[in-house]
Amino acid sequence: MTDTAPRELPLQELDEVIIRFAGDSGDGMQLTGDQFTSISAALGNDLATLPEFPAEIRAPQGTLAGVSAFQVRISDFAITTPGDAPTVLVAMNPAALKAQLHNLVQGGAIIINTDAFSEKNLEKAGYESNPLEDGSLDGYRSYPVPMSQITRDAVAEHGVKPRDAERSKNFFALGLISWMYTRPVEPTMEFIGTKFRGKELVIKANEAAFHAGYNFGETAELFESHYEIKPAELPKGEYTNVNGNTALAWGCAAAGQLARLPVFLGSYPITPASDILHDLSELKHFGVRTFQAEDEIAAAASAVGAAFGGALAFTTTSGPGVALKGETLGLAVSLELPLVVIDIQRGGPSTGLPTKPEQADLLMAMYGRHSESPMPIVAPKSPADCFNAAIEACRIALRYRTPVMLLSDGYLATSSEPWLLPDIDSLPDIGVDFHTGFNGTNEDGDGIFLPYLRDSETLARPWAIPGTPDLMHRIGGIEKEDESGNISYDPANHQKMVDLRAAKIEGIDVPDVEVAGDPDADFCMLGWGSTWGAIDAAVDRLQAAGKKVAHVHLTHLNPFPKNLGEVLSKFETVICPEMNAGQLVDLVRAKYLLDVKPVNKMNGVPFTTAEIESAALQAIEAS
Amino acid sequence: MTDTSTRTEPADWATDQEVRWCPGCGDYSILTAMRMLMPELEVDRENTVFVSGIGCAARFPYYMNTYGMHGIHGRAPAIATGLAMARPDLDVWVIGGDGDMMSIGGNHLIHALRRNVNLNILLFNNMIYGLTKGQFSPTSEVGKVTKSSPMGSVDSPFNPMSVALGAEASFVARTHDMDRQHMMEMFRRAHDHKGASIVEVFQNCNVFNDGAWEGITKKGNRDSNLITLEHGKPVKFGADGEFGVVIDNGTAKVVSVADVGESALLVHDETKPDPSTAFMLSRLSRGPFEPTPIGVFRAVERIEYATSSTAQLAMAQNDKGAGDLSSLLRSRGTWQV
Repeated sequence: MTDTAPRELPLQELDEVIIRFAGDSGDGMQLTGDQFTSISAALGNDLATLPEFPAEIRAPQGTLAGVSAFQVRISDFAITTPGDAPTVLVAMNPAALKAQLHNLVQGGAIIINTDAFSEKNLEKAGYESNPLEDGSLDGYRSYPVPMSQITRDAVAEHGVKPRDAERSKNFFALGLISWMYTRPVEPTMEFIGTKFRGKELVIKANEAAFHAGYNFGETAELFESHYEIKPAELPKGEYTNVNGNTALAWGCAAAGQLARLPVFLGSYPITPASDILHDLSELKHFGVRTFQAEDEIAAAASAVGAAFGGALAFTTTSGPGVALKGETLGLAVSLELPLVVIDIQRGGPSTGLPTKPEQADLLMAMYGRHSESPMPIVAPKSPADCFNAAIEACRIALRYRTPVMLLSDGYLATSSEPWLLPDIDSLPDIGVDFHTGFNGTNEDGDGIFLPYLRDSETLARPWAIPGTPDLMHRIGGIEKEDESGNISYDPANHQKMVDLRAAKIEGIDVPDVEVAGDPDADFCMLGWGSTWGAIDAAVDRLQAAGKKVAHVHLTHLNPFPKNLGEVLSKFETVICPEMNAGQLVDLVRAKYLLDVKPVNKMNGVPFTTAEIESAALQAIEAS
Repeated sequence: MTDTSTRTEPADWATDQEVRWCPGCGDYSILTAMRMLMPELEVDRENTVFVSGIGCAARFPYYMNTYGMHGIHGRAPAIATGLAMARPDLDVWVIGGDGDMMSIGGNHLIHALRRNVNLNILLFNNMIYGLTKGQFSPTSEVGKVTKSSPMGSVDSPFNPMSVALGAEASFVARTHDMDRQHMMEMFRRAHDHKGASIVEVFQNCNVFNDGAWEGITKKGNRDSNLITLEHGKPVKFGADGEFGVVIDNGTAKVVSVADVGESALLVHDETKPDPSTAFMLSRLSRGPFEPTPIGVFRAVERIEYATSSTAQLAMAQNDKGAGDLSSLLRSRGTWQV
């Protein structure tokens, strides 16, 4: 095909495309998807991504269990989700095709690596006959491409062994897709040079494979046209593409600077939270000290110790880890020290679905400690919002001297979106002063320090750190006497302390909720955390179809915004889509006696816009 | 402490809180030893922190006029690790009993020791659960009859010194509550050691396990059963030094000096990098009924944990400059709209 002259193909304009790259977990699909995302971001498209990978590091090659996928949606308008269903599927082997085909829209395009469709691979994927020949792809536009062979041929001249050549086929796919969607070549060449620095042969092979893919699109008479997606109309400014876990890590580091405190992270590796530990471990030059503890309990306990010493302390984990930390968090509630606990929720119970999201730790965050141990809860609504949520959690922790739970999930953790970078100077000052002097007197009139004498406005106790002269004091998990902090088993004192701890959390200043969509609607959707994107997109669609719909979204779950009950009570019908069996519904019903209707989903996959739209339509019709 | 005018007295280290251990508890003599030692260490109360878990021993921080935290069961070494990392300038003491540190907190203890966090860990070993009223502990002997083991415990006990040496702790020592001077000396050594120090204190619980250590700690029994380890000296004991310890085929053994001659005795070297000999010494006794070593088993130099961690922070700042938020947010590439 090298002697075929480039053809002049028509260029079609699209408003969006949703591409899903799928292959074996060793095929480099995440890398391919990430790079396509980066190029598209630089072109000014709006975008959202949804990686999907197996819990196993390398499940048996060629099997359904080993399929790794990366979905990216790019558009010329503002979007809030990675899209319900891909319009283009890149299938690197039979298992990828089989595992992903059901996601593809009817009539969607499939770009298939036909070289991988050997009898052996078909059998591993559980195909009884070859789907390329038996008509199973009839409802789609399929583009068979011998990717492995062309890649091998293309890299051969650089002296790459055929076995190693296979590894470059993801760059062939990236080249082909880059051609199809008129993405520039240069950024990927730069990326390859940086990513594989020092490995000259790998660089040459990947570059050659990419070019081969790009040229194949242009010269093989397979495609009718190629496409263009113009930049989206987004607010002016400087953007970066960020996923939720990185945004959290950056938010933690930022909070340290905004509070003028050294950051301490005690953590134990757990999917899908480990990347926060990784990212913060790279930020030692920010004075961020990370401690990889011996277990989840020690991770939390070390953070409590660091907080006592005056650090801005974090512990990051996922649901099973929160369960283990429960007693330590109860101690932090009792000690009234600032601490931020980040829970990247995943499917459960027990080990459950480590790489799949749920929002089912809400009640654990709320009640998962013995006795009355209230903890504030914040929940980011999008990947980039994780940055704000980290700072907000720290603000509450520091101002009120309390452990705070931040609930993200496996969807936000790995999904990415463009983020309009904030003006650093506009970020809030969340610093608080350590206590340095006496705050009481004894019977002799001498100055004394009362570690549980509270601020009248916030009910926070003074934070006096070791090293402060004269303020030596002891704190502990045993019930303390109000003000003095001395051990007390007095019944009236315990009642008072229980009431004070509750009042402190209940009194936290959180912003009022705002009603998105149509505030005069009779119908409202209530959401929290990561369902924001899908609900927001559903509201747009419903409004476009002439329905009156409101949307209330919570990023503060304890305490609730003060106006929440009043706002919700104005709607005739309220539904609440959440990735659990109805936990926010339970809380709202209990607190406001409002009959909020649950819309639940727990299959490890985030809500699609269509699912929410359909639930809303049903509820509107029923009302 | 920089100035003699602020020199403290033992009473300055006491709080106004009533000490609530049972009358006659061994913890009182440990508390007294600590309060007496503190002025001698010439440290400041505000730079000293006592961290504990749960148990009788764990009430200790309430009685020391320093900063203190009474934590949760078993977690004191982990809490203290975070504190010592965040605040390497502090003197951090960890206090716990055998249930607290060998059972529920065993994991945290061995990890604090292997990391060599700058903590002074005191393990009050009374071979019983006191605060929960008398169940067998992880250091109780096999056959121990308690409320939870009416037919005798079937659990093999831990030897805390063997555990600590197995975790390659850099400072390992043992003392007992009947000898204040020795306790003070061991606590002082633990304090002066940079890194994780563990001191096991044989402590009498006069309510639930009274006299458990008497076979070695009672005045009349010390000559025959207490071996005081001293660095650079042959390991000898007895009223006239008539017994000694030799290493025979990889095992420490008690011998009669007259039989083997003084030159055959093991000369104690607490600074030996390899912990094997110290481990053999820890295995010498199976319980408080036969010759048992006290003193410093091991004291070696090893880089302290927070020091290493701090060095990395400094190195990163040196390489990358002080963290700049604006460039961090742009570190993965940006574009303009």
